[in-house]
Amino acid sequence: MGKRLAVTGNQAIAEAMRQINPDVCAAYPITPSTEVMQRFASFVANGKVDTELVTVESEHSAMSACIGASAAGGRVMTATSSQGLALMWEMLHIASGMRLPVVMTLVNRALSAPINIHGDHSDGMGARDCGWIQLWSENAQEAYDNLIQAIRIAEHDDVRLPAMVCLDGFIISHSIESMEFLSDDLVKEFIGEFKAKNPLLDVNNPVTYGPLVLPDYFMEFKRQQHEAMLNAKDVVLQVAKEFEKVSGRSYGLFEEYRLDDAEIAIVVLNSAAGTFKDVVDEYRDRGIKVGLLKPRLFRPFPYKEVAEALSGAKVIGVLDRADSFGGFGPMYMEIASAMMSNGTNPVMIDRVYGLGGRDFMPEHAAQLIDELKEILDTGKVTLYKDYLGVRE
Amino acid sequence: MKGWKELEIGAITEAGSADSYNTGSWRAFRPRWIEENCIQCLFCWIYCPDSAITVNDGKRGEFDYNHCKGCGICAMECPGKKGKKAIVMEEEGK
Repeated sequence: MGKRLAVTGNQAIAEAMRQINPDVCAAYPITPSTEVMQRFASFVANGKVDTELVTVESEHSAMSACIGASAAGGRVMTATSSQGLALMWEMLHIASGMRLPVVMTLVNRALSAPINIHGDHSDGMGARDCGWIQLWSENAQEAYDNLIQAIRIAEHDDVRLPAMVCLDGFIISHSIESMEFLSDDLVKEFIGEFKAKNPLLDVNNPVTYGPLVLPDYFMEFKRQQHEAMLNAKDVVLQVAKEFEKVSGRSYGLFEEYRLDDAEIAIVVLNSAAGTFKDVVDEYRDRGIKVGLLKPRLFRPFPYKEVAEALSGAKVIGVLDRADSFGGFGPMYMEIASAMMSNGTNPVMIDRVYGLGGRDFMPEHAAQLIDELKEILDTGKVTLYKDYLGVRE
Repeated sequence: MKGWKELEIGAITEAGSADSYNTGSWRAFRPRWIEENCIQCLFCWIYCPDSAITVNDGKRGEFDYNHCKGCGICAMECPGKKGKKAIVMEEEGK
């Protein structure tokens, strides 16, 4: 068993990065992920890692440097939040299009304007279509475990895609909680040696990265990316199985909480799922059949498996910590797509909550379960999309 | 043509593949080299963004018309000899 320590989410991530010991790290500080790179920079300065740390002038440059280092043949990592990820946007597509297994921690934070430094999922959801694998984490333990697994997933021969591990800004990144670390040797052994594919530094076998590809071939390369994403789903499960052997902690595509016989189902990502599980217990004690599904893998989205897990539910409340103004939230759209292709026809409502770090309290969870119970009893829905915890 | 399953992932291809891609047909103006006005300064070779000036044994050779896009930079930079340009641009199809 590893060491149990009380750490912040950011500290857990920095420790994972120290244990992974990537070849290159290029990053630019931004709240609330700053502490990750600050701690990692001290590991570099103190000789705890062999990493070449590239301090750049913006996140656009950070991702560009990551891409260059990855194409050169290195194992590459970075971390960012919010506007930082937004500034990386065009380069995110380059990383995935060139099939470079860069691994990034995304400490989730709201996007401006108005300016806000607190946790919500607009940054990660905004990068949904950039071709990056996304693993979401409820707490520091999951963020640490996901980051170590992300290395294996991203670098897998059937995948070769960049991956981001998401955790909630401040709520997780800055809160201290007790978690268990693997030993340095175990992490080293688990992730293994990085095997570069078509490295630019192999001067005896020169290659071109990023050639011009016109309409005659472009779609074929995009189709490949989709296939790699589909492969990633199986690889995530395979890596999780191996990870369980060394850590004793089991992971799937999502977590099910008291969902087996649930008539009312809740879908919620990240830290709010922790709050929600307590409220599920309270309602279960009162005999109300409510359960929860917490997605872990958001890209690729496991439609079939999610739909099967939710197939017993008569009403589903989907929580979105990111908005699509004038549309449903991103999580709702995935769940609706999953249920549509499954052929079951539950009533589904979307509730946007916690934007800009607005607290998600047990009473908000209770309010949603009460509303879903009312829908279950009467069959009447007032609003399919609404907001939880907003002042009228 | 190859299907998506047959292609190298990420469009990573052999180095220098631009050489096999003929872009000369994009040209609207064609540079013409006037050898008697050439002082062999090789400015055209340095400035050409498409490596379309051939050089053999340190001496300027003919244009590589398969890759010259007719941008005219060489003609612009050419100092010529006694006020006479060694490169002039002529409209294609004339």
